[in-house]
Amino acid sequence: MIQCKTSKAIGGMGHSLKRKEDARFIQGKGNYVDDVKLPGMLYMDIVRSPYAYAKIKNINIEEAMKVPGVVAVVSGRDLEKYNLHWMPTLMSDTQMVLPTDTVMYQSQEVAAVIATTKYAARDGREAVIVEYEPMKPVIDPFKSLDPSAPVLRSDKEGKTDNHIWNWKAGDKEKTDTLFETADVVVKEQMHIPRIHVASIETCGCVADYDKVNNHLTMYMTTQAPHAIRTVIALVAGHVGLTEEKVRVIAPDIGGGFGGKVPVYPGYVIAIAVSFLVGKPVKWIEDRSENLQADSFARDYHITAEMAGTKDGKILGTRFKILADHGYTDASANPSKFPTGMFSIATGSYDYGTTYMECDAVYTNKPPGGVAYRCSFRVTEAVHAIERITDRFAFEVGKDPADLRMQNFIKKEDFPWKSPTGWIYDSGDYHAGLQKAMDALNYNDLRREQAEKRAKGELMGIGISTFTEIVGAGPSKDFDILGIKMFDSAEIRVHPTGKAIARFGTKSQGQGHETTYAQIIAEELGIPAENIAIEEGDTDTAPYGLGTYASRSTPTAGAAAAIAARKLRDKARKIAAYLLEVSEDDLEWEPGKFFVKGAPEKSKTIQELVFAAYTNHPQGMEAGFEATHYYDPPNLTFPSGAYICVVDIDRETCEIKVRRFVAIDDCGNIINPMIVQGQVHGGLTQGIAPAMYEELIYDEAGNILNGTFMDYLVPTAVESPNWETGHTVTPSPHHPIGAKGVGESPTVGAPPAIANAIVDALSPFGITHLDIPITPFKIFKALKEKGVF
Amino acid sequence: MIAQSFQYESPGTLAEAIALLNEHGDEAKVLSGGHSLIPMMKLRFASPGYLIDINNIPGLSDIKEEAGVVRIGALVRESQLEHSDLLAKHFPIFKDVTKLIADPQVRNMGTLGGNLAHGDAANDHPAVMIALGASVVITNAEGEREVPIDEFFYGFYMTAIQQGEILTEIRIPVPASGTGNAYHKLERKVGDYATAGVAVQITVGEDGIVTSAGIGLTNLNPVPLRASRSEEALIGKPLSDETIALAAQFASEDCSPNSDLRGSEEYKRHLTSVLVKRMIAKAVERING
Amino acid sequence: MTKTITVTVNGTAHTAEVEPRLLLVHMIREVLNMTGTHIGCDTSSCGACTILLDGKSIKSCTVLAVQANGKSITTIEGLAPEGGPLHPLQEGFKENHGLHCGFCTPGMIMRCVELLEHNNNPTEEEIRWGISGNLCRCTGYNNIVKAVQWAGAKMRGEETPSTEPEFV
Repeated sequence: MIQCKTSKAIGGMGHSLKRKEDARFIQGKGNYVDDVKLPGMLYMDIVRSPYAYAKIKNINIEEAMKVPGVVAVVSGRDLEKYNLHWMPTLMSDTQMVLPTDTVMYQSQEVAAVIATTKYAARDGREAVIVEYEPMKPVIDPFKSLDPSAPVLRSDKEGKTDNHIWNWKAGDKEKTDTLFETADVVVKEQMHIPRIHVASIETCGCVADYDKVNNHLTMYMTTQAPHAIRTVIALVAGHVGLTEEKVRVIAPDIGGGFGGKVPVYPGYVIAIAVSFLVGKPVKWIEDRSENLQADSFARDYHITAEMAGTKDGKILGTRFKILADHGYTDASANPSKFPTGMFSIATGSYDYGTTYMECDAVYTNKPPGGVAYRCSFRVTEAVHAIERITDRFAFEVGKDPADLRMQNFIKKEDFPWKSPTGWIYDSGDYHAGLQKAMDALNYNDLRREQAEKRAKGELMGIGISTFTEIVGAGPSKDFDILGIKMFDSAEIRVHPTGKAIARFGTKSQGQGHETTYAQIIAEELGIPAENIAIEEGDTDTAPYGLGTYASRSTPTAGAAAAIAARKLRDKARKIAAYLLEVSEDDLEWEPGKFFVKGAPEKSKTIQELVFAAYTNHPQGMEAGFEATHYYDPPNLTFPSGAYICVVDIDRETCEIKVRRFVAIDDCGNIINPMIVQGQVHGGLTQGIAPAMYEELIYDEAGNILNGTFMDYLVPTAVESPNWETGHTVTPSPHHPIGAKGVGESPTVGAPPAIANAIVDALSPFGITHLDIPITPFKIFKALKEKGVF
Repeated sequence: MIAQSFQYESPGTLAEAIALLNEHGDEAKVLSGGHSLIPMMKLRFASPGYLIDINNIPGLSDIKEEAGVVRIGALVRESQLEHSDLLAKHFPIFKDVTKLIADPQVRNMGTLGGNLAHGDAANDHPAVMIALGASVVITNAEGEREVPIDEFFYGFYMTAIQQGEILTEIRIPVPASGTGNAYHKLERKVGDYATAGVAVQITVGEDGIVTSAGIGLTNLNPVPLRASRSEEALIGKPLSDETIALAAQFASEDCSPNSDLRGSEEYKRHLTSVLVKRMIAKAVERING
Repeated sequence: MTKTITVTVNGTAHTAEVEPRLLLVHMIREVLNMTGTHIGCDTSSCGACTILLDGKSIKSCTVLAVQANGKSITTIEGLAPEGGPLHPLQEGFKENHGLHCGFCTPGMIMRCVELLEHNNNPTEEEIRWGISGNLCRCTGYNNIVKAVQWAGAKMRGEETPSTEPEFV
């Protein structure tokens, strides 16, 4: 049971408060970027490359300019005049805004058509004639390092191959020695497929440059408005758009999931055009453009190995990764972490030896990859460790649940230092897995499975017991483009005791308007319904790095709590003054201070706030406002135990997820309803890559499934009924003991599903299948084993 | 996604519609449910100069039974088929198939006539019509003609409908007693085109001998395919595991599926065999049920 | 060549001169400036643009505005009077946390209006199949199913089920 310290009327932590933001969404009054309509607004459409790799010989705009309504066609050569044709990626790589001579991936932006209507812009786009000289592209990342492969980034001085960087962690020598001597060693080659966030709202913007005041207002689909403002100033400062002249507004966002962190060329072109013509310019992607050109996620080829004893003790792991970044490294990782938090791949298990290494390469595919509902490559890491753990259990003939119980880091061993140096803050892995096993009578299921196997039926049970690493992050290690990854909250309480709080983060559906209000309500006793929350406007909100990587609660949520505590301290001073006692004589209960031993002598928070404006002690600053920039001392480490049960049709190979139980531990819970909702959603985004989604390219670099007809986002029919629950192990270092939850299910679900399917097929000697595992893939695997 | 400009006509009679089609020739396309055509126009894969919207023509939206024939107007929507009691009585197969076509909103617009006239072997109704032994009524300036379904599909997006003609009705003989029918397709996710789809109608005499069988295949061949050898393997014989297995084998051999994202040719042939068996069983179950 | 059409939207007749190729969703959003109806794909796949056309739920991205001539449309804005009371589905979605980012919500709700009109006591499976033309990337659908069941109970005049999360 979740204990609440506040009454329902106050609505602090632990209450399943209904969401404040819903009123507008259920009545069609949300305000998304495509709803922004400004006087004189022009529309932009983008000509895109049909080729993965080609020289641009000529761009003929003659016919396009004749289309009624077309105002301009902009190419890379046009932007070059203003030195706006290149931009940095968040990983300090470089990316074309529009190409001047070469296209590097299919659907890359080639030219922009500006017109008075959306329809005219599309007609204009169709009328632009581009002559290309196609070249043989590099699509397979394993071939990109061949000496014979063309050097794709010849724009970079001195570049002689397609290698981007090498990263390593752990102890190579110790690990190699262990693997040479260990009794049991298992190894699997796995691909974490290239996928897409596919938020239902695509990306877009309205760039509104005001020539008179030399000021840009940028309405855009961004998860990180402040960082974007800084990037705009870095890209366009030289033409006069310095940071104080730029206002970024992120209105309601129709799902982000990491895909709305990067800066896409479309945004920059819209800004450039608005700057040049002095009118607002709207650009909204089509779905196909969104799937085909915006940053992908994942695409890690991993060789995972585990060494251990015959009785199932894990002794060490080794991971070798090839990362396909496409045309440029457009990841959205903290600067010092090119593989993100992949080094969490040692998992939830108590052992001390690991080595991991990653090489990143360029190919002729769209750039990326973003942290899709994943704290920077944790999904890849968790898939690798959870799959190889199952593989190891299979090898030593142990039940995968028993093997995990045997190897878990013990509750009392936290804080625990991982072999790659992370300090896991807290956890109780045994309790989580036990709870998940009890929820579906694990032992009964294993018995049922044995009976079914005897009859030749295919039933599988898969477990994933993952450790997440979120809340980036401590400023000593974490920055993006040099900006430290703190986040912020500013609380203003009005004289009547109602408040507005502003944040550097940006909700895309997480419910910040409700949960932040609950945190402040918890700390100040002001009812959550009387606390307005505002995000997404860089002119009003304090600077912050935005919402992704499950970082809002760990960083901005902490900032809110601390800012509120500063105000409570001030309220205490005022209360002491008004009640004529010393501060030490006062006690707090949510909503009021009272005198110890004389509870009838009290002042409510509302009275104290009013006094801050009307009757504050001499020498004290008037007003009731506080701001805090929170720099977390450590990351937080949520965890979960997921169990999936599948049945596979032996003839058609169709997979039915019969049950899926998810037990999450995200520390203290602010709003159980919202946490559960996050888990549900993340689980569906977990079954998606496990069974349905992958961006597929042919050898020529053509995307084969660039629409929702073939990029298979699960519907309510594919998505099973999720069974959820929780354990609570508070974070010891977080002001409210919370850890963050948004990504756990996306991270934890795919290996549970994959493990269940492989378990079902294990009688045939199948030890691994790459996700997405489709009926067709199972057919092929069984066929190989001589089943058909 | 925006279509190229076109002219739009919305005639109130069939005669007017046919006159417009004759007037504009190749440049004109008939708009019925529009859920195949409009997406193609938005992608600019199709750019007709004229759209002749037949939705305002009365008399094309009824389902009725006359003299042993069920007559379905070309504009009958998928959702009408789905909820028709008349169809449910003879043809539970319509509930099978409509449930698997796209999604409820698309089924509120999509028409049976359009699904057939599109001439796409990936659509589901062609196979069903083959199994049910339907015919198609095509109307032109001279009058109407009835084309058996086996003579309707010519090739990829090509049908017996000629310039100046409109598909106006689908006729399906009411089956003899002792008949059952069923359809299923395997799809990657709900609403997808078939990886493989099989429609079966089968009539079994009181003596247990199969007197008629219709088997149609979806998305397993460049044109919608009747599995003739499979039908022959069943007709005149008592149903047995052997005859059913033979029917399944023939269908999987006689179709000609492409390898694509949905699966390899081999997998699709395999599924064809499985589905033929399962749909025969389901159809037979319905006779008895 | 443009066409003059009259469409009744949420009870008010609107006459407009439109290009035949104008999509109904663009007429609603761009001509009538009602932005509650959204666009999420190009291929009639996502259902964000779902509205009622003469009472039937349809995807307005795959219907031409001219096809709606003389017809009646209901969008999310017309489901309940501004300021309330809300439609049971709107209430159900809020009470059961049936939405996160809100982008798919108007289309999802409009689809469910017809679903419940057809059958006000649907099973979980009927609801799941009934909303299979609407993609939601946030909720995982569990709570949408709950929301529809809740709204159904309310429409039947029965006691509505608990909205407490089963998150134990």
